[in-house]
Amino acid sequence: MKRVVITGAGTINSLGQNVKDTLGAMREGRCGISDLEFRDVDRLAIKIGGQVKGYDPETRFNRQQLALYDRFTQFTLIAAREAIGQSGLEFSGELAARAGVVLGNSGGGMTTLDDNYRTVYEDGKNRVHPFVVPKLMNNAAASHVSMEFNLKGPSFTVATACASSNHAMAQAFQMVHGGLTPVMITGGSESMLCFGGVKAWEGLRVMSKDGCRPFSANRNGMVQGEGAGVFVFEEYEHARARGAEILAEVAGYAMSSDASDIVMPSKQGAARAIRGALRDARIDPTEVGYINAHGTGTAANDKTESAAVADVFGAHADALMISSTKSMHGHLIGGTGAVELLSCIMALRDGVIAPTINYDEPDPECALDVVPNEAREANVEVALSNAFAFGGLNAVLALRRHS
Amino acid sequence: MNIKDRVIQIIAEQAVLEPTDVKMDSTLEDLGIDSLGLVESIFAIEEEFDISVPFNANEPEQSDFDISSVASIISGIETLVKEQS
Repeated sequence: MKRVVITGAGTINSLGQNVKDTLGAMREGRCGISDLEFRDVDRLAIKIGGQVKGYDPETRFNRQQLALYDRFTQFTLIAAREAIGQSGLEFSGELAARAGVVLGNSGGGMTTLDDNYRTVYEDGKNRVHPFVVPKLMNNAAASHVSMEFNLKGPSFTVATACASSNHAMAQAFQMVHGGLTPVMITGGSESMLCFGGVKAWEGLRVMSKDGCRPFSANRNGMVQGEGAGVFVFEEYEHARARGAEILAEVAGYAMSSDASDIVMPSKQGAARAIRGALRDARIDPTEVGYINAHGTGTAANDKTESAAVADVFGAHADALMISSTKSMHGHLIGGTGAVELLSCIMALRDGVIAPTINYDEPDPECALDVVPNEAREANVEVALSNAFAFGGLNAVLALRRHS
Repeated sequence: MNIKDRVIQIIAEQAVLEPTDVKMDSTLEDLGIDSLGLVESIFAIEEEFDISVPFNANEPEQSDFDISSVASIISGIETLVKEQS
Protein backbone atom coordinates (compact mmCIF):
# COMPACT_ATOMS: atom_id res chain seq x y z
CA MET A 1 0.00 0.00 0.00
CA LYS A 2 1.15 3.55 -0.73
CA ARG A 3 1.83 6.15 1.94
CA VAL A 4 -0.26 9.30 1.61
CA VAL A 5 0.87 12.82 2.48
CA ILE A 6 -0.68 16.27 2.35
CA THR A 7 1.21 18.67 0.07
CA GLY A 8 -1.24 21.56 -0.10
CA ALA A 9 -3.91 23.20 2.03
CA GLY A 10 -6.39 25.98 1.39
CA THR A 11 -9.37 27.52 3.14
CA ILE A 12 -11.79 30.35 3.49
CA ASN A 13 -13.98 30.59 6.58
CA SER A 14 -15.09 33.14 9.15
CA LEU A 15 -11.62 33.17 10.76
CA GLY A 16 -9.69 33.98 7.60
CA GLN A 17 -9.65 33.86 3.84
CA ASN A 18 -6.54 31.66 3.65
CA VAL A 19 -4.69 29.09 5.77
CA LYS A 20 -2.23 31.55 7.31
CA ASP A 21 -4.93 33.90 8.63
CA THR A 22 -7.10 31.01 9.80
CA LEU A 23 -4.30 29.37 11.78
CA GLY A 24 -3.29 32.79 13.12
CA ALA A 25 -6.84 33.27 14.43
CA MET A 26 -6.86 29.79 15.97
CA ARG A 27 -3.57 30.50 17.74
CA GLU A 28 -5.02 33.70 19.15
CA GLY A 29 -8.29 32.01 20.08
CA ARG A 30 -10.20 34.57 18.06
CA CYS A 31 -13.94 34.13 17.51
CA GLY A 32 -15.29 34.34 13.95
CA ILE A 33 -18.91 34.15 15.06
CA SER A 34 -20.84 37.40 14.69
CA ASP A 35 -24.23 38.86 13.78
CA LEU A 36 -25.59 37.33 10.60
CA GLU A 37 -26.04 39.70 7.69
CA PHE A 38 -28.52 38.70 4.99
CA ARG A 39 -32.06 39.35 3.89
CA ASP A 40 -34.87 38.70 6.42
CA VAL A 41 -32.49 37.98 9.30
CA ASP A 42 -34.96 39.87 11.54
CA ARG A 43 -37.45 37.01 11.02
CA LEU A 44 -35.03 34.50 12.56
CA ALA A 45 -34.76 33.52 16.21
CA ILE A 46 -31.09 32.61 15.64
CA LYS A 47 -29.17 35.66 14.46
CA ILE A 48 -25.51 34.64 14.84
CA GLY A 49 -23.15 32.54 12.76
CA GLY A 50 -19.61 32.07 11.55
CA GLN A 51 -20.26 34.07 8.39
CA VAL A 52 -17.48 34.94 5.96
CA LYS A 53 -17.34 38.73 6.02
CA GLY A 54 -15.30 41.26 4.10
CA TYR A 55 -15.58 38.99 1.09
CA ASP A 56 -16.15 40.41 -2.36
CA PRO A 57 -16.86 37.65 -4.91
CA GLU A 58 -16.30 40.08 -7.78
CA THR A 59 -12.62 40.42 -6.95
CA ARG A 60 -12.23 36.63 -7.24
CA PHE A 61 -14.49 35.68 -10.15
CA ASN A 62 -15.77 37.23 -13.36
CA ARG A 63 -19.42 37.84 -14.18
CA GLN A 64 -19.85 34.66 -16.24
CA GLN A 65 -18.37 32.58 -13.44
CA LEU A 66 -20.55 34.17 -10.80
CA ALA A 67 -23.65 33.34 -12.84
CA LEU A 68 -22.68 29.67 -12.35
CA TYR A 69 -21.07 29.64 -8.89
CA ASP A 70 -23.16 29.46 -5.74
CA ARG A 71 -21.40 30.68 -2.61
CA PHE A 72 -20.33 27.14 -1.65
CA THR A 73 -18.70 26.70 -5.07
CA GLN A 74 -16.94 30.06 -4.78
CA PHE A 75 -15.54 29.10 -1.39
CA THR A 76 -14.41 25.72 -2.72
CA LEU A 77 -12.56 27.23 -5.67
CA ILE A 78 -10.82 29.80 -3.46
CA ALA A 79 -9.62 27.03 -1.12
CA ALA A 80 -8.64 24.76 -4.03
CA ARG A 81 -6.57 27.51 -5.67
CA GLU A 82 -4.64 28.01 -2.46
CA ALA A 83 -4.10 24.30 -1.85
CA ILE A 84 -3.07 23.39 -5.38
CA GLY A 85 -0.95 26.54 -5.61
CA GLN A 86 0.94 25.50 -2.48
CA SER A 87 1.48 21.98 -3.78
CA GLY A 88 3.06 23.31 -6.97
CA LEU A 89 1.30 20.61 -8.99
CA GLU A 90 0.15 21.14 -12.54
CA PHE A 91 -2.23 18.65 -14.05
CA SER A 92 -1.54 17.45 -17.56
CA GLY A 93 -1.07 14.18 -19.40
CA GLU A 94 -1.04 11.02 -17.32
CA LEU A 95 -1.32 12.86 -13.97
CA ALA A 96 -4.40 14.79 -15.14
CA ALA A 97 -6.00 11.59 -16.38
CA ARG A 98 -5.63 9.91 -13.00
CA ALA A 99 -6.07 12.73 -10.46
CA GLY A 100 -9.58 13.57 -9.33
CA VAL A 101 -11.51 15.56 -6.75
CA VAL A 102 -13.73 14.20 -3.98
CA LEU A 103 -15.44 16.81 -1.81
CA GLY A 104 -17.85 16.82 1.09
CA ASN A 105 -20.98 18.93 1.07
CA SER A 106 -24.39 18.63 2.65
CA GLY A 107 -26.81 21.28 1.44
CA GLY A 108 -25.63 22.21 -2.05
CA GLY A 109 -26.43 25.71 -3.24
CA MET A 110 -28.78 26.76 -0.43
CA THR A 111 -28.50 30.47 -1.26
CA THR A 112 -29.41 29.75 -4.87
CA LEU A 113 -32.35 27.64 -3.72
CA ASP A 114 -33.49 30.28 -1.26
CA ASP A 115 -33.25 33.13 -3.78
CA ASN A 116 -35.12 31.26 -6.46
CA TYR A 117 -37.86 29.95 -4.19
CA ARG A 118 -38.42 33.58 -3.25
CA THR A 119 -38.67 34.49 -6.90
CA VAL A 120 -41.39 31.94 -7.65
CA TYR A 121 -43.24 31.71 -4.32
CA GLU A 122 -42.93 35.16 -2.79
CA ASP A 123 -42.56 37.37 -5.84
CA GLY A 124 -44.95 35.19 -7.85
CA LYS A 125 -42.73 35.12 -10.93
CA ASN A 126 -42.97 32.21 -13.30
CA ARG A 127 -39.47 32.35 -14.69
CA VAL A 128 -36.10 31.57 -13.06
CA HIS A 129 -32.54 31.98 -14.29
CA PRO A 130 -31.48 29.12 -16.61
CA PHE A 131 -28.51 28.15 -14.42
CA VAL A 132 -30.43 27.41 -11.21
CA VAL A 133 -29.90 23.66 -11.41
CA PRO A 134 -26.19 23.60 -12.36
CA LYS A 135 -25.61 26.23 -9.66
CA LEU A 136 -27.40 24.50 -6.79
CA MET A 137 -26.46 20.85 -7.40
CA ASN A 138 -24.16 19.73 -4.64
CA ASN A 139 -21.57 18.30 -7.02
CA ALA A 140 -21.16 21.72 -8.68
CA ALA A 141 -18.12 22.60 -6.55
CA ALA A 142 -16.32 19.33 -7.34
CA SER A 143 -17.11 19.75 -11.02
CA HIS A 144 -15.81 23.33 -11.17
CA VAL A 145 -12.60 22.34 -9.37
CA SER A 146 -12.10 19.53 -11.88
CA MET A 147 -12.64 21.96 -14.76
CA GLU A 148 -10.41 24.73 -13.42
CA PHE A 149 -7.51 22.36 -12.70
CA ASN A 150 -7.96 19.75 -15.45
CA LEU A 151 -8.62 16.85 -13.06
CA LYS A 152 -9.97 13.96 -15.12
CA GLY A 153 -9.85 11.09 -12.64
CA PRO A 154 -12.52 9.89 -10.17
CA SER A 155 -14.51 12.92 -9.02
CA PHE A 156 -17.69 13.19 -6.96
CA THR A 157 -19.34 14.69 -3.92
CA VAL A 158 -19.97 12.91 -0.64
CA ALA A 159 -22.98 13.90 1.48
CA THR A 160 -23.06 12.64 5.05
CA ALA A 161 -24.25 15.82 6.79
CA CYS A 162 -21.69 16.94 9.39
CA ALA A 163 -19.25 14.16 8.47
CA SER A 164 -19.25 14.81 4.71
CA SER A 165 -15.71 16.23 4.53
CA ASN A 166 -14.22 13.45 6.63
CA HIS A 167 -15.95 10.81 4.53
CA ALA A 168 -14.70 12.59 1.38
CA MET A 169 -11.11 12.79 2.64
CA ALA A 170 -11.22 9.16 3.73
CA GLN A 171 -12.32 8.25 0.24
CA ALA A 172 -9.54 10.30 -1.37
CA PHE A 173 -7.01 8.77 1.02
CA GLN A 174 -8.15 5.29 0.08
CA MET A 175 -7.72 6.02 -3.63
CA VAL A 176 -4.14 7.23 -3.23
CA HIS A 177 -3.34 4.58 -0.63
CA GLY A 178 -4.59 1.84 -2.95
CA GLY A 179 -2.53 3.10 -5.89
CA LEU A 180 -5.50 4.18 -8.01
CA THR A 181 -4.04 7.66 -8.48
CA PRO A 182 -0.95 9.51 -7.22
CA VAL A 183 -2.92 12.68 -6.36
CA MET A 184 -6.42 13.54 -5.16
CA ILE A 185 -7.89 16.93 -4.35
CA THR A 186 -10.22 16.63 -1.37
CA GLY A 187 -11.93 18.42 1.51
CA GLY A 188 -15.33 20.07 1.51
CA SER A 189 -17.43 23.17 1.76
CA GLU A 190 -20.78 24.52 2.91
CA SER A 191 -22.79 27.69 2.79
CA MET A 192 -26.17 27.45 4.47
CA LEU A 193 -26.16 30.91 5.98
CA CYS A 194 -29.26 32.26 4.28
CA PHE A 195 -32.79 32.75 5.59
CA GLY A 196 -34.12 29.32 4.59
CA GLY A 197 -30.97 27.53 5.69
CA VAL A 198 -30.96 28.94 9.21
CA LYS A 199 -34.76 28.78 9.53
CA ALA A 200 -34.64 25.03 8.85
CA TRP A 201 -32.04 24.53 11.60
CA GLU A 202 -34.03 26.66 14.03
CA GLY A 203 -36.85 24.13 13.80
CA LEU A 204 -34.79 21.44 15.48
CA ARG A 205 -34.19 23.67 18.53
CA VAL A 206 -30.54 22.73 18.89
CA MET A 207 -29.06 26.09 17.90
CA SER A 208 -27.61 28.59 20.35
CA LYS A 209 -28.78 32.18 20.25
CA ASP A 210 -25.70 33.53 22.00
CA GLY A 211 -22.55 31.53 21.22
CA CYS A 212 -20.80 28.22 20.73
CA ARG A 213 -19.36 26.86 24.00
CA PRO A 214 -18.28 23.26 23.40
CA PHE A 215 -17.66 21.10 26.49
CA SER A 216 -18.52 24.00 28.81
CA ALA A 217 -21.28 23.23 31.32
CA ASN A 218 -23.21 26.32 30.15
CA ARG A 219 -23.23 25.32 26.47
CA ASN A 220 -26.62 25.64 24.85
CA GLY A 221 -26.29 24.53 21.27
CA MET A 222 -24.51 24.76 17.98
CA VAL A 223 -23.74 27.79 15.86
CA GLN A 224 -23.47 27.48 12.11
CA GLY A 225 -20.49 28.53 10.05
CA GLU A 226 -19.66 28.58 6.35
CA GLY A 227 -16.63 28.21 4.12
CA ALA A 228 -14.37 25.56 2.64
CA GLY A 229 -11.23 23.57 3.26
CA VAL A 230 -9.36 21.84 0.44
CA PHE A 231 -6.24 19.65 0.50
CA VAL A 232 -3.88 17.94 -1.89
CA PHE A 233 -3.45 14.28 -0.93
CA GLU A 234 -0.40 12.89 -2.67
CA GLU A 235 1.39 9.57 -2.79
CA TYR A 236 4.54 9.92 -0.66
CA GLU A 237 7.11 8.81 -3.26
CA HIS A 238 5.48 11.05 -5.87
CA ALA A 239 5.75 14.02 -3.51
CA ARG A 240 9.32 13.17 -2.51
CA ALA A 241 10.50 12.70 -6.11
CA ARG A 242 9.46 16.24 -6.97
CA GLY A 243 10.76 17.71 -3.71
CA ALA A 244 7.35 18.85 -2.50
CA GLU A 245 6.88 20.28 0.96
CA ILE A 246 4.99 17.76 3.11
CA LEU A 247 2.54 19.18 5.65
CA ALA A 248 1.59 15.90 7.34
CA GLU A 249 1.00 12.25 6.63
CA VAL A 250 -2.51 10.82 6.45
CA ALA A 251 -2.04 7.58 8.34
CA GLY A 252 -5.51 6.05 8.22
CA TYR A 253 -9.21 6.42 8.85
CA ALA A 254 -12.36 4.60 9.84
CA MET A 255 -16.03 5.03 9.16
CA SER A 256 -18.97 3.64 11.12
CA SER A 257 -22.72 3.89 11.33
CA ASP A 258 -24.63 4.04 14.63
CA ALA A 259 -27.65 2.37 13.02
CA SER A 260 -29.74 3.75 15.86
CA ASP A 261 -31.19 7.27 15.68
CA ILE A 262 -31.54 9.98 13.04
CA VAL A 263 -30.30 12.79 15.33
CA MET A 264 -29.06 11.44 18.67
CA PRO A 265 -25.39 10.43 18.66
CA SER A 266 -24.15 7.10 19.99
CA LYS A 267 -21.10 6.54 22.15
CA GLN A 268 -20.59 3.09 20.67
CA GLY A 269 -20.71 4.32 17.07
CA ALA A 270 -18.26 7.14 17.80
CA ALA A 271 -15.92 4.83 19.72
CA ARG A 272 -15.93 2.28 16.93
CA ALA A 273 -14.87 4.96 14.43
CA ILE A 274 -12.06 6.28 16.67
CA ARG A 275 -10.81 2.81 17.49
CA GLY A 276 -11.05 1.79 13.84
CA ALA A 277 -8.94 4.75 12.70
CA LEU A 278 -6.21 3.84 15.19
CA ARG A 279 -6.23 0.24 14.02
CA ASP A 280 -6.21 1.22 10.33
CA ALA A 281 -3.28 3.60 10.88
CA ARG A 282 -1.47 1.09 13.14
CA ILE A 283 -1.31 3.70 15.86
CA ASP A 284 -1.03 2.81 19.51
CA PRO A 285 -3.59 4.88 21.47
CA THR A 286 -0.83 6.34 23.66
CA GLU A 287 0.76 7.98 20.59
CA VAL A 288 -2.24 10.28 20.10
CA GLY A 289 -1.47 13.75 21.41
CA TYR A 290 -4.34 15.76 19.99
CA ILE A 291 -7.92 15.23 18.82
CA ASN A 292 -9.88 17.81 16.94
CA ALA A 293 -13.28 17.07 18.45
CA HIS A 294 -16.56 17.07 16.64
CA GLY A 295 -17.50 19.25 19.65
CA THR A 296 -20.66 20.91 18.37
CA GLY A 297 -21.62 22.57 21.64
CA THR A 298 -24.87 20.64 21.93
CA ALA A 299 -25.71 18.89 25.19
CA ALA A 300 -25.88 15.52 23.45
CA ASN A 301 -22.77 15.55 21.26
CA ASP A 302 -20.23 16.81 23.74
CA LYS A 303 -21.00 14.35 26.51
CA THR A 304 -21.32 11.41 24.10
CA GLU A 305 -18.04 12.31 22.39
CA SER A 306 -16.25 12.71 25.73
CA ALA A 307 -17.52 9.31 26.83
CA ALA A 308 -16.40 7.72 23.56
CA VAL A 309 -12.88 9.20 23.90
CA ALA A 310 -12.64 8.04 27.51
CA ASP A 311 -13.80 4.60 26.44
CA VAL A 312 -11.24 4.23 23.63
CA PHE A 313 -8.22 5.76 25.36
CA GLY A 314 -8.73 4.69 28.97
CA ALA A 315 -6.14 6.34 31.21
CA HIS A 316 -4.48 8.05 28.22
CA ALA A 317 -7.69 10.08 27.70
CA ASP A 318 -6.51 12.32 30.53
CA ALA A 319 -3.10 12.84 28.93
CA LEU A 320 -4.20 13.84 25.45
CA MET A 321 -5.62 17.21 24.38
CA ILE A 322 -8.97 17.54 22.65
CA SER A 323 -10.38 20.83 21.40
CA SER A 324 -13.32 22.03 19.38
CA THR A 325 -12.41 24.77 16.92
CA LYS A 326 -16.14 25.10 16.13
CA SER A 327 -16.10 27.47 19.10
CA MET A 328 -14.26 29.86 16.75
CA HIS A 329 -15.43 29.16 13.17
CA GLY A 330 -18.84 27.61 13.90
CA HIS A 331 -20.15 24.38 12.47
CA LEU A 332 -19.53 24.24 8.72
CA ILE A 333 -21.74 21.13 8.40
CA GLY A 334 -20.52 19.38 5.23
CA GLY A 335 -17.32 21.45 5.17
CA THR A 336 -16.48 21.27 8.82
CA GLY A 337 -14.05 18.33 8.87
CA ALA A 338 -11.96 20.00 6.18
CA VAL A 339 -11.49 23.29 8.02
CA GLU A 340 -10.88 21.38 11.25
CA LEU A 341 -8.15 19.27 9.66
CA LEU A 342 -6.11 22.48 9.54
CA SER A 343 -5.89 22.48 13.32
CA CYS A 344 -4.52 18.91 13.21
CA ILE A 345 -1.87 20.01 10.72
CA MET A 346 -1.00 22.98 12.96
CA ALA A 347 -0.66 20.66 15.96
CA LEU A 348 1.67 18.27 14.13
CA ARG A 349 3.69 20.77 12.13
CA ASP A 350 3.85 23.87 14.29
CA GLY A 351 3.35 22.26 17.70
CA VAL A 352 0.44 24.60 18.44
CA ILE A 353 -2.85 23.25 19.79
CA ALA A 354 -5.90 25.32 18.87
CA PRO A 355 -8.05 26.07 21.91
CA THR A 356 -11.72 25.53 22.71
CA ILE A 357 -12.77 29.12 23.28
CA ASN A 358 -15.83 30.36 25.25
CA TYR A 359 -15.07 27.73 27.87
CA ASP A 360 -16.62 29.00 31.11
CA GLU A 361 -17.50 26.11 33.41
CA PRO A 362 -16.26 22.54 33.65
CA ASP A 363 -18.83 19.85 32.93
CA PRO A 364 -18.21 16.60 34.84
CA GLU A 365 -19.59 14.74 31.83
CA CYS A 366 -16.88 16.27 29.61
CA ALA A 367 -13.91 15.87 31.94
CA LEU A 368 -11.12 15.95 29.36
CA ASP A 369 -8.34 18.44 28.64
CA VAL A 370 -10.24 20.58 26.15
CA VAL A 371 -7.45 23.19 25.88
CA PRO A 372 -9.71 25.88 27.32
CA ASN A 373 -9.58 29.38 25.86
CA GLU A 374 -5.86 29.63 25.06
CA ALA A 375 -3.74 27.86 22.49
CA ARG A 376 -0.96 25.70 23.86
CA GLU A 377 2.45 24.60 22.63
CA ALA A 378 2.98 20.85 22.55
CA ASN A 379 4.93 18.22 20.72
CA VAL A 380 2.41 16.05 18.92
CA GLU A 381 3.19 12.92 16.93
CA VAL A 382 -0.35 11.82 16.01
CA ALA A 383 -3.60 13.80 15.70
CA LEU A 384 -7.14 12.60 15.05
CA SER A 385 -10.08 14.47 13.56
CA ASN A 386 -13.56 13.36 14.63
CA ALA A 387 -16.81 13.83 12.73
CA PHE A 388 -20.11 12.36 13.90
CA ALA A 389 -23.04 13.27 11.68
CA PHE A 390 -26.78 13.45 11.97
CA GLY A 391 -28.01 10.15 10.69
CA GLY A 392 -25.40 8.40 12.84
CA LEU A 393 -22.70 8.36 10.18
CA ASN A 394 -19.19 8.74 11.58
CA ALA A 395 -15.73 9.23 10.08
CA VAL A 396 -12.43 9.70 11.90
CA LEU A 397 -9.10 10.54 10.24
CA ALA A 398 -5.65 9.89 11.71
CA LEU A 399 -2.71 12.15 10.82
CA ARG A 400 0.93 11.62 11.65
CA ARG A 401 3.69 14.21 11.82
CA HIS A 402 6.07 14.10 8.91
CA SER A 403 9.68 14.50 9.91
CA MET B 1 -62.30 21.88 23.31
CA ASN B 2 -60.38 23.65 26.05
CA ILE B 3 -56.60 24.10 26.07
CA LYS B 4 -56.10 21.03 28.24
CA ASP B 5 -57.98 18.71 25.89
CA ARG B 6 -56.29 20.14 22.82
CA VAL B 7 -52.81 19.62 24.32
CA ILE B 8 -53.71 16.08 25.40
CA GLN B 9 -54.93 15.37 21.88
CA ILE B 10 -51.57 16.47 20.46
CA ILE B 11 -49.55 14.47 22.97
CA ALA B 12 -51.73 11.39 22.45
CA GLU B 13 -51.25 11.60 18.71
CA GLN B 14 -47.47 11.87 19.13
CA ALA B 15 -47.45 8.92 21.53
CA VAL B 16 -49.83 6.89 19.33
CA LEU B 17 -52.22 6.48 22.30
CA GLU B 18 -55.85 7.25 22.98
CA PRO B 19 -56.32 10.64 24.73
CA THR B 20 -57.83 8.74 27.67
CA ASP B 21 -54.49 6.97 28.16
CA VAL B 22 -52.67 10.28 28.69
CA LYS B 23 -52.78 11.02 32.43
CA MET B 24 -52.03 14.39 33.98
CA ASP B 25 -49.13 12.98 35.98
CA SER B 26 -47.61 11.08 33.02
CA THR B 27 -44.11 12.11 31.98
CA LEU B 28 -43.18 12.21 28.31
CA GLU B 29 -40.89 9.29 28.99
CA ASP B 30 -43.82 7.28 30.41
CA LEU B 31 -45.66 7.94 27.18
CA GLY B 32 -42.69 6.85 25.06
CA ILE B 33 -42.03 10.31 23.59
CA ASP B 34 -38.30 10.79 22.85
CA SER B 35 -36.38 14.02 22.20
CA LEU B 36 -37.40 14.19 18.57
CA GLY B 37 -41.04 13.48 19.52
CA LEU B 38 -40.85 16.29 22.07
CA VAL B 39 -39.60 18.81 19.52
CA GLU B 40 -42.35 17.69 17.15
CA SER B 41 -45.02 18.02 19.88
CA ILE B 42 -43.87 21.53 20.69
CA PHE B 43 -44.08 22.45 17.03
CA ALA B 44 -47.63 21.04 16.86
CA ILE B 45 -48.60 22.99 19.99
CA GLU B 46 -47.15 26.22 18.54
CA GLU B 47 -49.14 25.70 15.36
CA GLU B 48 -52.35 24.80 17.23
CA PHE B 49 -52.31 27.85 19.50
CA ASP B 50 -50.32 30.23 17.31
CA ILE B 51 -47.82 30.82 20.09
CA SER B 52 -44.05 30.65 20.42
CA VAL B 53 -42.76 28.18 23.03
CA PRO B 54 -39.35 29.06 24.46
CA PHE B 55 -37.67 25.68 24.34
CA ASN B 56 -34.04 24.77 23.57
CA ALA B 57 -33.38 21.03 23.41
CA ASN B 58 -29.90 21.61 24.85
CA GLU B 59 -31.13 22.99 28.14
CA PRO B 60 -34.66 21.72 28.74
CA GLU B 61 -34.35 22.30 32.47
CA GLN B 62 -33.38 25.95 31.96
CA SER B 63 -36.23 26.80 29.64
CA ASP B 64 -39.10 28.73 31.23
CA PHE B 65 -41.23 25.99 29.83
CA ASP B 66 -41.58 23.01 32.19
CA ILE B 67 -41.92 19.66 30.42
CA SER B 68 -41.69 17.39 33.45
CA SER B 69 -45.28 16.14 33.19
CA VAL B 70 -48.42 16.47 31.08
CA ALA B 71 -49.91 18.74 33.76
CA SER B 72 -46.89 21.08 33.75
CA ILE B 73 -46.93 21.26 29.95
CA ILE B 74 -50.62 22.18 29.95
CA SER B 75 -50.18 24.84 32.59
CA GLY B 76 -47.19 26.26 30.65
CA ILE B 77 -49.27 26.43 27.47
CA GLU B 78 -52.15 28.10 29.31
CA THR B 79 -49.77 30.79 30.54
CA LEU B 80 -48.23 31.30 27.12
CA VAL B 81 -51.63 31.53 25.43
CA LYS B 82 -52.68 34.16 27.96
CA GLU B 83 -49.41 36.11 27.55
CA GLN B 84 -49.24 35.93 23.78
CA SER B 85 -52.88 36.49 22.82
